[in-house]
Amino acid sequence: MNYFPDEVIEHVFDFVTSHKDRNAISLVCKSWYKIERFSRQKVFIGNCYAINPERLLRRFPCLKSLTLKGKPHFADFNLVPHEWGGFVLPWIEALARSRVGLEELRLKRMVVTDESLELLSRSFVNFKSLVLVSCEGFTTDGLASIAANCRHLRDLDLQENEIDDHRGQWLSCFPDTCTTLVTLNFACLEGETNLVALERLVARSPNLKSLKLNRAVPLDALARLMACAPQIVDLGVGSYENDPDSESYMKLKAAIKKCTSLRSLSGFLEAAPHCLSAFHPICHNLTSLNLSYAAEIHGSHLIKLIQHCKKLQRLWILDSIGDKGLEVVASTCKELQELRVFPSDLLGGGNTAVTEEGLVAISAGCPKLHSILYFCQQMTNAALVTVAKNCPNFIRFRLCILEPNKPDHVTSQPLDEGFGAIVKACKSLRRLSHSGLLTDQVFLYIGMYANQLEMLSIAFAGDTDKGMLYVLNGCKKMKKLEIRDSPFGDTALLADVSKYETMRSLWMSSCEVTLSGCKRLAQKAPWLNVEIINENDNNRMEENGHEGRQKVDKMYLYRTVVGTRMDAPPFVWIL
Amino acid sequence: MANESDNLGLEITELRLGLPGDIIVVSGQSILGKKRASPEVESNMKCEPATKSQVVGWPPVCSYRRKNSLEQTKSSYVKVSVDGAAFLRKIDLEMYKCYQDLASALQILFGCSINFDDTLKESECVPIYEDKDGDWMLAGDVPWEMFLGSCKRLRIMKRSCNRG
Repeated sequence: MNYFPDEVIEHVFDFVTSHKDRNAISLVCKSWYKIERFSRQKVFIGNCYAINPERLLRRFPCLKSLTLKGKPHFADFNLVPHEWGGFVLPWIEALARSRVGLEELRLKRMVVTDESLELLSRSFVNFKSLVLVSCEGFTTDGLASIAANCRHLRDLDLQENEIDDHRGQWLSCFPDTCTTLVTLNFACLEGETNLVALERLVARSPNLKSLKLNRAVPLDALARLMACAPQIVDLGVGSYENDPDSESYMKLKAAIKKCTSLRSLSGFLEAAPHCLSAFHPICHNLTSLNLSYAAEIHGSHLIKLIQHCKKLQRLWILDSIGDKGLEVVASTCKELQELRVFPSDLLGGGNTAVTEEGLVAISAGCPKLHSILYFCQQMTNAALVTVAKNCPNFIRFRLCILEPNKPDHVTSQPLDEGFGAIVKACKSLRRLSHSGLLTDQVFLYIGMYANQLEMLSIAFAGDTDKGMLYVLNGCKKMKKLEIRDSPFGDTALLADVSKYETMRSLWMSSCEVTLSGCKRLAQKAPWLNVEIINENDNNRMEENGHEGRQKVDKMYLYRTVVGTRMDAPPFVWIL
Repeated sequence: MANESDNLGLEITELRLGLPGDIIVVSGQSILGKKRASPEVESNMKCEPATKSQVVGWPPVCSYRRKNSLEQTKSSYVKVSVDGAAFLRKIDLEMYKCYQDLASALQILFGCSINFDDTLKESECVPIYEDKDGDWMLAGDVPWEMFLGSCKRLRIMKRSCNRG
């Protein structure tokens, strides 16, 4: 029932930007569905195989911005073979054919090719913004097309992609008339850059706010770049090696002082620690600091820098900072909201860099903390209980104890009680990943208390199917469940098939799920794609008699409205 | 001494699974004091679970980050200096497949043209490199792969500087 003309309702909808809210609006009534779909400009697709571009465009013909995610999250850890899928080309082809006025494309974990970048650059006159996160399959030639053809390019943001660097002149492909850049992030490129072209580009981009350089950009070039972009807000330093007595270092110090808008600092891919002090004058303005790639900077230099950063909201750091360093963070950074502590020694050496003490200190000192990713050597239930008491506002809590199945190092008990305390206290918790020795009990707690939980990552945990059942039955808002190396099998998988309609996806690898279990699930739920990924065995697993009981190595299922995908490689079997 | 040999005798008759020369620790004291176990055996005694470093995708650190954190342990970056230039550059030798590629890169970086096939001929710039032994060698003599493995530092000498 509408008492207002459509244009008025549409105008009201313009104020609603979150895609979740817009999805909700479209469910109210047919009239609102229609108004909403014609006015929707930004669409988010969490799984590129849940829908196809044709249906997307039929529903949202006025699309301007598209976000697509491809591979499942565990692809980050090499659990998904490279050729699995997530190709963006069909999407770009369809969008180009439809002549929709695409302005922004954001991709995560997708396979992008030079061909698709070339097509993208030529098909959309108003294209402004390209953000690629954890993608692969393209080279700097593709970047050259974007640079050359997108006349109104505002953002070129490449985060942690695998790009084949041909060390060509892609930066020189930006025409002299291109002056609209706001974001330029090429930190993940491995090769040499044409520094002259880069400096000229930065000099003619007065709106440039975010500049992230790769490791091939040396300190003297950095000084010149900062001098022509004092308006910079977000800086990613490339290589940072120099002599503190040199002239270029003096120039850098002078340039930094002028960058009064600088709020975010990252990079330091190769760093000379004694030069960090050049940044001290602007530290008091910093809200975001990412030193997680600066392996060569040791704890004491990090601490000296952080002591100046009183306004920090986001900190990404290596565990070489140590518990003592985290105590300094806790006493200095009272505005801290997000902390990530990454392991500096991936091969696992016994170097107890951070422990439960650092985590407790942070929880006590930083009342605004809501997101944490913490890699550590050891943990205790007592510490987790304290953390839960100190910080009941966690939205994201990810704890990774480096050694699988490690119990509480003081009591030798499983860490069920500690994580139980976290889920009980943190009523807004949306994302959780746990580690250490865990029994079915922790899942009982999660099912009981984690009412808002949307994403759960399980590894080396649980005893029986009950564990998984607690989660499936209890967490009403679960969207993404990913499980590896845990003893959950067909009983849990098949208990409530309709649950998967409310979820985006389920990943299970090295669990107890069998081929016949997966087949039964696929039969019961035709609106699901149940994929079996079997790289080691080129022959398809045949089901007859005892072989149906064969355990499946990797299973990935997701709801979809467009059925089986056609682009699956031979080692992926869609049931 | 007598004590030691008594204990030694007992230990020898004990049936155990273990390498010869394993340290047998009794009340904190190593009995086989004179015979030190080899370093490899000692490290095995630390009971590090072999599974830790062999589990695929564990710890859950994304592959991009993994690549960039192992970087410094096997870095192929070398410093390049050019006579007369105010500062040095650093290049990743593994980015190049042959001497020609390197020559192109040096052309872009420093503007000097080098012919690795005939380094001592007319051209003004002579590339030399410091090898693993610390000796300064003329670049271009050995196959590219061998050069990759032994080059620690590169220097472009300007011919006009070293005449006479």
